[in-house]
Amino acid sequence: MNTPARLRAWLFTGAVLALAACDGPQSALLPRAEQAEAIDRVWRVMLWTCTALYIVVLLALAYAMLRRRADRRREGIASDPLLRKTLAAWVVVIVAFLTAFVALSYAEDRRIRGGEPDLEVRITAKQWWWQVEYLDADPSRQFTTANELHLPRDRTARIELRAGDVIHSYWVPALGGKEDLIPGRTNAVWVTPRENGTWRGQCAEFCGLQHAHMALDVFVHDVGFFERWRDTQLYPARLPETATARRGKAVFEQHACATCHTVRGTTAGGRLGPDLTHFASRRHLAAGLLPVESPHLLAWIEDPQRLKPGAQMPAVPLAPQDLLAVNEYLLGLR
Amino acid sequence: MSSRCLRASVGATVVAALLACGVAGCDRERREYRAAPAAPGSERPRLTDLQPGGTLAQAPSATGARYEGNAYHINQGSRWFRSFNCNGCHGNGGGSMGPALMDDQWRYGGTIDQIHATILDGRPNGMPSWRGKLTDQQAWELAAYVRALSGNVSKAAAPSRREGMAATPPLTRIKPQPPQSSDPSAQNPPPP
Repeated sequence: MNTPARLRAWLFTGAVLALAACDGPQSALLPRAEQAEAIDRVWRVMLWTCTALYIVVLLALAYAMLRRRADRRREGIASDPLLRKTLAAWVVVIVAFLTAFVALSYAEDRRIRGGEPDLEVRITAKQWWWQVEYLDADPSRQFTTANELHLPRDRTARIELRAGDVIHSYWVPALGGKEDLIPGRTNAVWVTPRENGTWRGQCAEFCGLQHAHMALDVFVHDVGFFERWRDTQLYPARLPETATARRGKAVFEQHACATCHTVRGTTAGGRLGPDLTHFASRRHLAAGLLPVESPHLLAWIEDPQRLKPGAQMPAVPLAPQDLLAVNEYLLGLR
Repeated sequence: MSSRCLRASVGATVVAALLACGVAGCDRERREYRAAPAAPGSERPRLTDLQPGGTLAQAPSATGARYEGNAYHINQGSRWFRSFNCNGCHGNGGGSMGPALMDDQWRYGGTIDQIHATILDGRPNGMPSWRGKLTDQQAWELAAYVRALSGNVSKAAAPSRREGMAATPPLTRIKPQPPQSSDPSAQNPPPP
């Protein structure tokens, strides 16, 4: 392959990779919530204005270059009143546009941070997963889940953001901008989703070894479906049905699992790791690492450090039959 | 066969059966003259220095030495210390219901092996046994952090910042306090 052809191949690959990032469940260019649309509008205004101004600059540059070659008599002229006036006018234009951008951005930013929320959720980011608490004035209607955010369409949710250990950043590109989660400080974002679907969020602030494996699945449903989901989540854990699963429950409660994990309705009440009450209803385990399926879960319980080195969950030594039992028990927690 | 002959053979059978039972009963209990030696390194740490005769030093475990010199493991220990509510009784190392961990007094020994054993086995009057509820590695990390609280780990490895409220200077700056007698009540005269 000769050099230009190789260069073209590289450019093509680069363009494909760059454009591939513009689609899918994690794209800021496909806004699916009111707040994301506002940010998108501001961004488009800035993009097209800057593009137009840049074209003007390029045209001016081209004119200067052409004129320089055609008119050699102008060499050595130190002062040019017309040029000075044009540059001064250009500075005024730039400052005016920048001021307009700041004003627009400020106004939109104020607008998307507020509103009467229909739903309050608290997200606490931890190394390396998301704890999601659904708040309610009635304490019996509150519950905790992990790594999944379910929202009703066309309803405004206020999402309170906290950090459990180090600085993280909440970013669901399809539903709105980034917001940092800072230890000792409470931030909030407002989300009004406009379309049903499954989106993906990602920690956007380097937070340690497994920063890359810290994803958040976001589901937007109809209000009715959301209410049913919420009512299901409020139930304590399902009782194990098979003998193996019953054994798994006993192992889970007696061994180190229960030191960190909660399964509501059992004696397992640890608050350190994710709440596993309805674990099998989730799409992914370990913050987007793997789908919740038998071989993956089994491998995860056996040695989390092989799949997510540095994760806070240690490999708990369990006998092989206990391992299988815990696996079956957890997969029954729908 | 005559009835006499029959009776004699029944008698002989009974006698033979009794003899067999008697002989079977002659197997005396087993005496184990030589127990299998304990695997090297599986020795459990002593809880007290008080020993009959000359003091026999115990070799410290390599695991403990490794964890004591490792900043990551000490920091993980600090995380577990808060997460598993050690603060509930030991109050950030200052002690409340449980004994203080930032001084040089140790009821059950202050070496990392002894602290590791204390965490896993539990101790009378309140210290729960965490065996099976923590992994062995977590216990080592906790023990390394507890050692750091009294300044007994390498300055290069001690955490320079604390996550919670702290009543002491950073752990890198406190004076090392080597463990004193492991059981002061056993060696000091009782209080008047």
